[in-house]
Amino acid sequence: MSDISTTKATADAMISMTGVAKWYGAFQALNDINISVRKGEKIVLCGPSGSGKSTLIRCINHLEAYQQGEIRVGGILLGHQAKSIDAVRREVGMVFQQFNLFPHLTVLQNCMLAPMRALGLGKAEAEGRARQLLERVKIAEQAEKYPAQLSGGQQQRVAIARALCMRPQVMLFDEPTSALDPEMVKEVLDTMIDLAREGMTMICVTHEMGFARQVADRVIFMASGAIVEEAPPAEFFSDPKHERTRKFLGEILGRH
Amino acid sequence: MNYTLDFTPVIEGMPNLLTACLGTFMLAISGMLLATVIGIGGVVLRTSKIKLLRWLVIGFVELIRNTPFLVQIFFIYFALPLAGIRLDPTPTAIIALGINGGAYAIEIIRGGVQSISKGQMEAGLALGLHKAQVFRLIILKPALRAIFPSLTSQFVLLTLTTSIASAISAYELTSVSQRIESDSFRSFEVYFTVTAFYLVISWLMMRLFAFFSARYFAYPVK
Ligand SMILES: Nc1ncnc2c1ncn2[C@@H]1O[C@H](COP(=O)(O)OP(=O)(O)OP(=O)(O)O)[C@@H](O)[C@H]1O
Ligand SMILES: [Mg+2]
Repeated sequence: MSDISTTKATADAMISMTGVAKWYGAFQALNDINISVRKGEKIVLCGPSGSGKSTLIRCINHLEAYQQGEIRVGGILLGHQAKSIDAVRREVGMVFQQFNLFPHLTVLQNCMLAPMRALGLGKAEAEGRARQLLERVKIAEQAEKYPAQLSGGQQQRVAIARALCMRPQVMLFDEPTSALDPEMVKEVLDTMIDLAREGMTMICVTHEMGFARQVADRVIFMASGAIVEEAPPAEFFSDPKHERTRKFLGEILGRH
Repeated sequence: MNYTLDFTPVIEGMPNLLTACLGTFMLAISGMLLATVIGIGGVVLRTSKIKLLRWLVIGFVELIRNTPFLVQIFFIYFALPLAGIRLDPTPTAIIALGINGGAYAIEIIRGGVQSISKGQMEAGLALGLHKAQVFRLIILKPALRAIFPSLTSQFVLLTLTTSIASAISAYELTSVSQRIESDSFRSFEVYFTVTAFYLVISWLMMRLFAFFSARYFAYPVK
């Protein structure tokens, strides 16, 4: 399974998953997942509902535990001990479908909390960092507001800034635009495109195929907990190899 | 009916009654603080990885909620000395009120914690915070806000329950008024006044909670 070339590929990979399997009780949610993501690479992960996309990316920062195989992030082996989990989480930012901003903290405080409490930054430094990143997601003027006072698109941009405040090497996105009203999707995608241009390593679970075409180096298609197909976007969309991929693309592109 | 109202003993006892009100207030506030600590601590232990701790909390809650407060306070007052712990009535009453209120607070606060979406915990963990930090910095405040009305009624109840501490002669309104009543036999006048005082105390407590809530939970929600 792991010949010399894949071993070499994993050695300088930013993220590598080798033979990863995960079960929820008796149900196998991930089956022999092998992915290697180079530094700066952008991956779009898609597939039908329940195929295991969220589970896969949640294993990378150990929000879900995996039972078999190996995951490495930035060279750190993600074991099940607190120490390696902490080390990996410092390198990995995550953006959720439901934003998950902290309602009792202002936008600025949302962005300062983890740098202060998890990295031990001083208040001034954390605030400087937060304001700079809020600027970058074009929302600096909302810094003193509370999440409930923002639109969905603004909240998601704050969530992106909040994750970036930890200076992660990798960003994971789990359907970041699915909970948004259509008119707000673009502002979030634009923010993600900017981030991609700046060279961030990204794995995005999304069904925004325009985004995939524009940004992704590779599209990975999953079904029933396994990777079915993996190709650069041009090839993935024009010449899908598997029946399941074709069926999925038919459904998802037909919808638009 | 040929009863002439005579408030003279009440008026003469007024300074005593007013300081007794302060005693009641003090008992209630101390009891609530202890109950809050027990409530939050209990919720933390209730979600502990260690099964024994979880079961201890469940057992504690069941024990306290299914036995009368009067028995609890007698138990603490008369049983602890057997174990070599001798406490005055007032500290005993505070402990009893705190334990009793704490058992109810555990269940109420637990409901609040459960009402917070899992995404909050996940977002905190993904940001590199530890579970305990996430609980303290992210979950706790919105959870308390969610159940604050229930906690307020529970604590108003705790305030009224202080009157049971008269059974061990703790310094509070009911025991002082009992003394005035038994000296003067003016039962109606005394208890009429005491009823009014309790009403005012309850009302003040609710104002206090409303004030606290308005300050501490000032952030907007949708
Ligand atoms: N906590 C859990 N316990 C049990 N089964 C779970 C749990 N979480 C997910 N699953 C199951 O694992 C499978 C993969 O779920 P996952 O959420 O990863 O799918 P997904 O591809 O992200 O789907 P969607 O597009 O709907 O978000 C599903 O069949 C789901 O029912
Ligand atoms: Mg999902």
